[in-house]
Amino acid sequence: MDLLIPEVGLVVFQTIAFLLLMFLLSKFAWKPVLAAIKEREQSIDDALNKAELAKQEMARLTSQNEELMKQARAERDEILKEAKILKDSIVNEAKTSAQTEGAKLIEKARIEIENQKKAALAELKGQVSTLSLDIAERVLRSQLDDKAKQQDLVNSLLKDVELN
Amino acid sequence: MDCSHVFEFKFRRLIVVFTLFSAFLMVSLGAKAQVDTTHKAEEAHTETTEKKKFEIGKFALHHIADSHSWHVIGETYIGLPVVLYANGKVVTFNASDFHHDDDAKVVVEKDGQRFVKMHEKIYLASATANEHGQYVELDEKHHAKNARPLDFSLTKNTCTLLLSVVLLLVVFISVANGYKKRHGKSPKGLQSWLEPIILFVRDDIAKPNLGHKHERFMPYLLTVFFFIWFNNMLGLVPFLPGGANLTGNIAVTMVLAVTTFLITIFNGNKHYWKHIFWMPGVPVPMKIFLMPLELIGIFTKPVALMIRLFANITAGHILVLSLICLIFVFNSIWVSAASIPFAIFIGGIELMVAFIQAFIFTILSALFIGMAVEEHHH
Repeated sequence: MDLLIPEVGLVVFQTIAFLLLMFLLSKFAWKPVLAAIKEREQSIDDALNKAELAKQEMARLTSQNEELMKQARAERDEILKEAKILKDSIVNEAKTSAQTEGAKLIEKARIEIENQKKAALAELKGQVSTLSLDIAERVLRSQLDDKAKQQDLVNSLLKDVELN
Repeated sequence: MDCSHVFEFKFRRLIVVFTLFSAFLMVSLGAKAQVDTTHKAEEAHTETTEKKKFEIGKFALHHIADSHSWHVIGETYIGLPVVLYANGKVVTFNASDFHHDDDAKVVVEKDGQRFVKMHEKIYLASATANEHGQYVELDEKHHAKNARPLDFSLTKNTCTLLLSVVLLLVVFISVANGYKKRHGKSPKGLQSWLEPIILFVRDDIAKPNLGHKHERFMPYLLTVFFFIWFNNMLGLVPFLPGGANLTGNIAVTMVLAVTTFLITIFNGNKHYWKHIFWMPGVPVPMKIFLMPLELIGIFTKPVALMIRLFANITAGHILVLSLICLIFVFNSIWVSAASIPFAIFIGGIELMVAFIQAFIFTILSALFIGMAVEEHHH
């Protein structure tokens, strides 16, 4: 059948035309087109990678911020707690020191009083003895003005003294 | 982003375009067939009264075959230049010198040589006419026995070929310029229409079959894909500048298949040849048995490529033509009620076949080349 027999002319034309077409298209179309597509794909990939990296960086920064916040909060709590303890201890210390100081003062005052009392008593004793001596002297002087009475006294005294 | 409305719009537009196209196809073919039948009828009246029947097979085969003239519309034909190499001389004249004769009845004398045209083939004319007035000697099957000059005429197929080459160059160089103009930006216009297809060829045809070596064969695969696809589509256009059955011509598919074959054997690595001549991993008698089979396989693959494309495209053309011709076979306008919708349906299928055949030819080429360049690790 004629349909199945290739015509020489068309074979020649087809060969030349197709090879020429392939040469021209590869040089002026496929090469730049494929290169451009590849470059664009590359740039899209790069952009996506960069976006992913940026996202990760963001996440990292966010978590870091959170961590910092948490730390700061914990630190604040710590500081507040410490301050409270410090305050309490200061108050307590002040109380105790005030108490001891007071007690000391009281003690001192008490000792002073005691000393003053003792001194006063000692002075009183001395004055009493002087006074009593004076009184005794005066009594004696008045009683021993007459001789009889002196004799009676001596006698009584002698009576008391037993010679043994 | 929701783009469905865009697609819907484009799809609707496509349907409108396709319907118009199909309608035109039918009308044009119908007119052509009408002309041919009346012509034939007249002939029949003048010569013999027997030959009145409309011959569907001849009509279809005539339309899918190559031609030295290009039918425009009605009785108008463009005579194409004839370039012959006969007896050591190049002879050129216009095909219209034959006055639409296709039965070797009109002799064209040029540079001292005489030519006749029969069934769109040019023969060296006999000195005298036979009993039917034909300047050829016929064998018992009514085929001309005369010698043929080497025919380098710009036939309908050759013109379509050159046209498609120019069309492909214009389209794809403008696409390439689009990439230069909008460097690194998103594609626009023609570029955005063709980029998905280029990517389809790269990602779904070349990469799965050729792996990391695909870049080397991309120019061939892209060229062959778009050449076949564009010409399949041009073949479906029923009027100028389409209408030629280029990809349904065995010469064209043969050249394409031979190109794939040559690329395959020149890129075949030693594993490929070893698998053909001395299949590893099988016993020696099997190796000897397999060798001729594998050797035949090298040639059957491109032959299958050649026949597949040729047969599919030719069959599609014959089918559409035959459906339209049914009207003239039954000689009734009522047949058109069935045959035209069916022909439109087949036309739609042919549009798909145009793409699918281009795809199949390209993917099989990629597969064969891939088998030849594949690295074996075992």
